[in-house]
Amino acid sequence: MSEAREFKYVGTRSIRPDGFDKVTGRANYAADLDLPGMIWGRILRSPHAHARITRLDTTRAEALPGVMGVATFKDFPAVSTEEFQSGEGSTALNDLARNILADDKVLYHGHAVCAIAATSEALAEQALDLIDIEYDVLPPVMDVADAMKDDAPLLHEDMFTEGLEEKPSKPSNIALRFELKKGDIEQGFKEADLVIEREFYTPTVHQGYIEPHACTVRYDNAGTSMVYCSTQGHFDVRAATAKLLDMELGKIKVVPSEIGGGFGGKTTIYLEPVAMILSQKSGRPVKMVMDRDEVFMASGPGSATRNWVKIGAKKDGTLVAMQARLCYEAGAFPGSPMRPGVMTVFTPYDIENAFVEGYDVVVNKPKVAAYRAPGAPQSEFACEMLINEIARELDMDPIDLRLKNAAREGTQTLYGPKLKKVGLVECLEAVKASDHYRSALKENQGRGVAAGFWFNIGGPSSVSINMNPDGTAILIEGNPDIGGSRASMQLMAAETLQLPLDDVKPLVGDTDVLAYSGATGGSRTTFATGMATIQAAEDIVRQFKERAASTWNVTPEQVEYANGTVTNTAGDDSMTVAEICAGADRTGGHISGRGNINARGAGPSFAVHLADVECDAETGRCWVVRYTACQDAGKAIHPSYVEGQYQGGAAQGIGWALNEEYIYNEDGRLENPGFLDYRIPLASDLPMIETIIVEVPNDFHPFGVRGVGESGIIPPLAAVGDAVAGAAKINVTELPLSPPRVLKAIAEGASA
Amino acid sequence: MKTHVTTTINGEEVEFLCEPHETLLDALRNHVGLTGTKEGCGSGDCGACSVTVDGELVCSCLVLAPEAEGKSIGTIEGIADHDKLHVIQEKFLEHAALQCGICTPGLIVSTKALLEENPNPTEEEARYYLAGNLCRCTGYDKIIRAVLDAAETMKGAA
Amino acid sequence: MATVIFSSELQRITGEEKTTVDAKSYRELIDSLTSHYAKLDADTLMAMAVAIDGEIIHDPLLESVDPNSEVHFLYRISGG
Repeated sequence: MSEAREFKYVGTRSIRPDGFDKVTGRANYAADLDLPGMIWGRILRSPHAHARITRLDTTRAEALPGVMGVATFKDFPAVSTEEFQSGEGSTALNDLARNILADDKVLYHGHAVCAIAATSEALAEQALDLIDIEYDVLPPVMDVADAMKDDAPLLHEDMFTEGLEEKPSKPSNIALRFELKKGDIEQGFKEADLVIEREFYTPTVHQGYIEPHACTVRYDNAGTSMVYCSTQGHFDVRAATAKLLDMELGKIKVVPSEIGGGFGGKTTIYLEPVAMILSQKSGRPVKMVMDRDEVFMASGPGSATRNWVKIGAKKDGTLVAMQARLCYEAGAFPGSPMRPGVMTVFTPYDIENAFVEGYDVVVNKPKVAAYRAPGAPQSEFACEMLINEIARELDMDPIDLRLKNAAREGTQTLYGPKLKKVGLVECLEAVKASDHYRSALKENQGRGVAAGFWFNIGGPSSVSINMNPDGTAILIEGNPDIGGSRASMQLMAAETLQLPLDDVKPLVGDTDVLAYSGATGGSRTTFATGMATIQAAEDIVRQFKERAASTWNVTPEQVEYANGTVTNTAGDDSMTVAEICAGADRTGGHISGRGNINARGAGPSFAVHLADVECDAETGRCWVVRYTACQDAGKAIHPSYVEGQYQGGAAQGIGWALNEEYIYNEDGRLENPGFLDYRIPLASDLPMIETIIVEVPNDFHPFGVRGVGESGIIPPLAAVGDAVAGAAKINVTELPLSPPRVLKAIAEGASA
Repeated sequence: MKTHVTTTINGEEVEFLCEPHETLLDALRNHVGLTGTKEGCGSGDCGACSVTVDGELVCSCLVLAPEAEGKSIGTIEGIADHDKLHVIQEKFLEHAALQCGICTPGLIVSTKALLEENPNPTEEEARYYLAGNLCRCTGYDKIIRAVLDAAETMKGAA
Repeated sequence: MATVIFSSELQRITGEEKTTVDAKSYRELIDSLTSHYAKLDADTLMAMAVAIDGEIIHDPLLESVDPNSEVHFLYRISGG
């Protein structure tokens, strides 16, 4: 992408092709499928945070008329410790199994123990009460700092810390230590005129998708078993289900429903293998739908963290040393996003001397799942809070301080390679030039700014395009459409095919109709699946030319294609796409195009956000009064949905900063597993969210796309955090900045 | 012992059998086949199951199915006139006011109730009226713009 | 000669921060590194992603390496 290119469709605000079904209630989500003879599954969950199961007897439950199947951990064939790769990284298979149904121990409040299928949901629920179960209750460990202590109760007696130079002699709750180092950190701090260090706390938060996990599954001994579910990656659901149940991959078909939000939380599985076991045992299709409290108690929260950061700067603002120690809660099984937290924490800065160590630590909370830029919001929050403090100490504008040290093309990252072309400087300059940045604050208001970095990924994507005899195109992508990807695939395909937008009908194919596609996650779909779409469309255009050339008995080089028509440069013939497709029988059969790629060259997306917050000092309530989200899209294929990603990420980050947290009592029971008490932002909590789309093209994508889904959730934590610090005149080191916490800090006149 | 309920849904008389403890939401979804109304929480906190009962906006997860007897129920399936979208639906599409779309049916039902009560809402009034409808994808910006634009357009048409 | 720069964790095995390797492809690179460093095993390296001249590649089996390339090994990145 060396020069700016004129587009016909890319960059326009088209009406999404799946929109009609979604505004009329026709679109089918996970809980919307019933099958003939279908029965219902429900799950018995642990009331304890940590306990050994001493007795589990389902005899009485099974005797209840209408009960048709029971599933426990024993129904899993022996599962290995093999690492299973999915959208959210890797998990040991046996951990995945033990999270889906507890083995001998329950490890968090709400941990699934046993499932029952019955002819109605109410009956299945009734049967759960007839399960005879006894526990030997163990002391829970609910905080990463406690879990790391030498004498902490152990969740897994056979877990030894990995990543140390020498294997430790005794087990601990620390699953992994990881470090990155660059330059000479001691020397760096010696050169600093100002050194600040602090520890920050971020709470356990939930992705908060409105659609609970649900599935309908039909086991078929002779043919193909079917899983219908809401997932970000149906190919990964197929692989996980096959592995966990020792079934043949090719004999499972996963049909993705419309997905009612995921944000990373639907890259793993909870219900699908259980429903498969129940269907196998009962001979009936089984439907399972989580209640909202189950979603909170037992599905993917994001890690709570305790992150210590130390930064040294010279008087002129040059950053000379950055150090961090990051402790991430993994929940009940290893696998927090600590590594990406370590890799991203200082990436917005061009820094010579840095050292970061991270710890992945198990606690008696649900196993964490990916959550939008997994690991980055927590670590970058700590860094960005300190950067703002340094700006204040040095009496510098916080954007100027960032500009002075900003990462740019050629900056050597702490995680290894030098950055290619990136748009951090452009984002900082755009925010600095905004009307918002120059506007005045009112009394009791504060302003915060913060940057955010996320890698974005590429990965495998498959797309096929089939031409109909009337010249219209069916585009099949393998990525569940979570935020408008059918709209962007339609735009990119129409652009490449040079056909009217409405002539391209995009849809999401199940696992039987398309080759493997990685999950919709990592901000990869518009980028990677977009490249596969462009490739498939180019494949079709090539065939249009070949078919016309063969019709005219000339070479394909002698024809030209533009706007749906092939012309013969050696004569005056021309053929429309509709004519070519209608006559395809005579030129070699009907036309389809394929794009099967493993996309690389994903372009990082930097974001810079600006938040104004007002504080009511009497109640401690803080709310956002003005907000600007700026981010580098590379190229915005559909600007409205790009803005939507910025605004949605900002809103989630604002919730994380101001309100959202898991509240556990002293026994380790979750006290707020509902939307009333786990309060995500409401319409009345937020102002309009202003957006600035920066476009520094990613040269690896034919249209310049970077991917925009994740970075936007990173800056709000520190932007809002710092704004609250200013508005309430307190020091901020802990989230969320809920009224009780702010009020306490105001009263103490000290650290919150 | 099941209860027999006769009710009107989107203008049509409908009969169904349900358990006395079942919610209107479950009856709509499981007995009447109207799955456009969604369940996000089952506790009246998210608004995904918003419907109207005799014109009043309610969370159908908080209404018992037998309470529908003799009432007139309005759901998302009744908003469009066959294939002709309601202005509110058109504005949601134009403004890209949905991403995943799970909250959309509830929001559209609630918006229609809002604009019937108050055809000329301020941004703040719209935000407070719709505070019972959670959306996790959009940050509400485009939803509120769609709602205000719909109000403007409907005023012009009236 | 391509330059390979090791992370601090890999340095524990290699004992040095960087090395130069005469390799035209990723496969040659792995062969060369594992024969040069006895304790470095191919599985460990091949489980990692690689960055060649700043471009992160998750499945680099068939990649070519230029004589002036700078190569880093890093953990595979996923996402939400």
